[in-house]
Amino acid sequence: MLSRVAENLYWMSRYLERAEHTARLLDINLYHLLDQKSDYATQRWQRLFDSLRIAPLDEEVDDAYSVTKALTFNTQIAASVVACLSEARDNARQVREQISTEMWEQLNRLFLHIKRTSMEDIWFSETHEFLNSIKEGVQLFQGITDATMNHSEGWHFIRVGRFIERAWSTAALLDIHFRSVPLSQDYRDDDMQPDHLDYLEWVGLLRSASAFEAYCKVYTANIQPRDIAEFLLFNAEFPRSVHFCASMMQTALHSIARTTNARHTVRVERLAGRLRAALDYDQIEDIIDGLHSYLEHIQLQCTQIHNAVYQTYIFYPVDTALVLEGASQS
Amino acid sequence: MLLSDTPGSFTLPPPFSGYLINQAYDEMFDTDGKPRAAYRKLYHRLLEMPLDTLQQRQQAANMAFLNQGITFTVYGNDEGTERIWPYDLLPRILTSAEWTTIEKGLTQRITALNLFLKDIYHEEHILSDGVVPRSLVYSCRHYRRQMRGVRVPFDRYIAIVGTDLIRLPNKQFVVLEDNLRVPSGVSYMLSNREVMKRVLPSLIDSYGVRPIGHYGQALLNTLASLAPSGASDPTVVLLTPGVYNSAYYEHTFLARQMGIELVEGRDLIVHNNVVYMRTTGGLRRVDVIYRRIDDDYLDPLVFHPNSTLGVPGLLNAYRAGNVTLANAIGTGVADDKAIYAYVPAIIRYYLQEDPILPNVETYLLSDETQRRYVLDNLDSLVVKAVGESGGYGMLIGPYSTAAQREEFRHRINDDPRNYIAQPTLSLSCAPCFVDGEIDPRHVDLRPFILYGDRVTIVPGGLTRVALKRGSLVVNSSQGGGSKDTWVLDS
Repeated sequence: MLSRVAENLYWMSRYLERAEHTARLLDINLYHLLDQKSDYATQRWQRLFDSLRIAPLDEEVDDAYSVTKALTFNTQIAASVVACLSEARDNARQVREQISTEMWEQLNRLFLHIKRTSMEDIWFSETHEFLNSIKEGVQLFQGITDATMNHSEGWHFIRVGRFIERAWSTAALLDIHFRSVPLSQDYRDDDMQPDHLDYLEWVGLLRSASAFEAYCKVYTANIQPRDIAEFLLFNAEFPRSVHFCASMMQTALHSIARTTNARHTVRVERLAGRLRAALDYDQIEDIIDGLHSYLEHIQLQCTQIHNAVYQTYIFYPVDTALVLEGASQS
Repeated sequence: MLLSDTPGSFTLPPPFSGYLINQAYDEMFDTDGKPRAAYRKLYHRLLEMPLDTLQQRQQAANMAFLNQGITFTVYGNDEGTERIWPYDLLPRILTSAEWTTIEKGLTQRITALNLFLKDIYHEEHILSDGVVPRSLVYSCRHYRRQMRGVRVPFDRYIAIVGTDLIRLPNKQFVVLEDNLRVPSGVSYMLSNREVMKRVLPSLIDSYGVRPIGHYGQALLNTLASLAPSGASDPTVVLLTPGVYNSAYYEHTFLARQMGIELVEGRDLIVHNNVVYMRTTGGLRRVDVIYRRIDDDYLDPLVFHPNSTLGVPGLLNAYRAGNVTLANAIGTGVADDKAIYAYVPAIIRYYLQEDPILPNVETYLLSDETQRRYVLDNLDSLVVKAVGESGGYGMLIGPYSTAAQREEFRHRINDDPRNYIAQPTLSLSCAPCFVDGEIDPRHVDLRPFILYGDRVTIVPGGLTRVALKRGSLVVNSSQGGGSKDTWVLDS
């Protein structure tokens, strides 16, 4: 397919994933506020901005209202829900013919939904419902994509975009949350049950990845930071774990390499394979003291894979042009 | 129905009660108020059909266009807005005999124009022989010096043409203008037929109407047949300016119909004078480009340097014979409205035949005598700028204000080469379902002609309608609409 089209599909997918992530994080943090003392609020908002990699803002944004407004409706903030949906739609519009009508209509509907809503509409009663509708809207789009699009090259690029974004942001989320908590902290010791507030924080982290119930199925409701890290990093079956994302990435990139018959796919496949293998074999015990650098390394690898995708499929230099077999060059 | 000269002489049953016939040729009714042979079945069907049903069918048609997102962009009223394609339900019907004449006439015309283009960019015999003034050709904005001496594959300059015809009160079809650069509208022709089949299936069934659905295949064959020699299994692409272009829908439609890649300038790259497209699998050679971008924007190294729509180096690849462009660069000189006046002479010169389809009488304003006559009679003539399209840059004398005429007087005196004038013509009228009744509206006809290894013309074409009562402007960009066009089997 045209490189430009692949690029647009990839970014459409990344921005949608990002929109969902922001909406979910915001929702969880607002929800948690109800149980927590207000002294913690400022920290929490700061942590939220850090997780989303948002630079310090000009104005004071440290209460629930202004945070919600900023992260939902502020078009100047790159990670805001409205900015992400806008970009996603714009990318889709450029390649309208490559996606199904149902996909386009759903994306358009989602975009119009947020454009027609204001803070006043949702603040007093329906914030949670609204943020939930964004989340569900994106998930619906993903479902429609899987159901109505050929699972060929374009679809694989969409998956690459989705899972790179998800891996990266899950790693960033973990990194921020574990900044001040030693991984070795173990609440299994009976004298050291987490207090009620801490417990909410950890549940909040799991819910930020839609992982609470899935976690409980594996570990029971016994919340231990180490297990949480293990679950969100290494679990092979939970769809939001970094390991799962790496597997999906590798599969999608492999399919693309096979379909396009491009040369020089070695590097991108090697990078994806290496990330997946690391997550296949590494264990939480190995990284107890070095969680931060491990997570940073994962984000770095995601960036490297992104760059390799660009170099192989999108912006390859002409001088070392890859010419398809059978085409003559006069 | 009323005959304007003899009020109350005839009354037609509803839904034709308000139908007014004036001096224009009416496609459906003769001067006695009887439906013409080809329209009889339609007439009787409309008598039987309750107005409500007709209304429902029209709405169903509108929904069909809406759901498919078939739109176009209207400029000029302060914003470029997308409108749903305005479609009139009632078909415009041509007999087989009428079509045969049209087909022969168009074939003759495109053959001659192609020879003309080849000649003026090479030996210039027609100019040396004084049949067409050299100065007229050289002063044409669309004459491209860069094309002098360039060999075009198969000498095919115009592969895709849309020629506008109108029918005069004497029943004859005449050519209003040729569109030899980037003619559009064919996707609407095809969509109109598809919607018609859904909305009035038994009517179309009761007639025998020649099919048109093969246009996509015919177009692809035409393009592929023009690939530079040596290219087996040529790669054909459609080059579009992108999503913001008013005809973008048509670009995506045709690319899909033909199963070819829709590319923008930035997807193409010229390397060693060969055109490639950037794909995820590497660079892939392109042999034929169906380009929907004007010459001016095609190659920033040669034409407008600021164009980001084009492909740097494309003309070099073209000169080297490594790519075919449909249509070739520089065809605009042959659809210049001043050159139009010479087309009958052009046909006689290259084919030694009289034109089968006549021209409309045209005054060349660069000629002083003709200019004086025109300036004295602005209120009864139509003045057109020679290089414009879309119905812009036009003065319709009988409907103009004194201020508008003054303005055109200035423009003409400033730049006479840029204008021509024609008598105001009565375009023929066809019945349309407007505001709940059936009323005549002025129509024209744009058949689409393909010229690959031979001329192929899909029967019918796009019938454009001036939806405003009495208006003569049919262009969609200014609020016109269209109809399905039927050419009967026999």
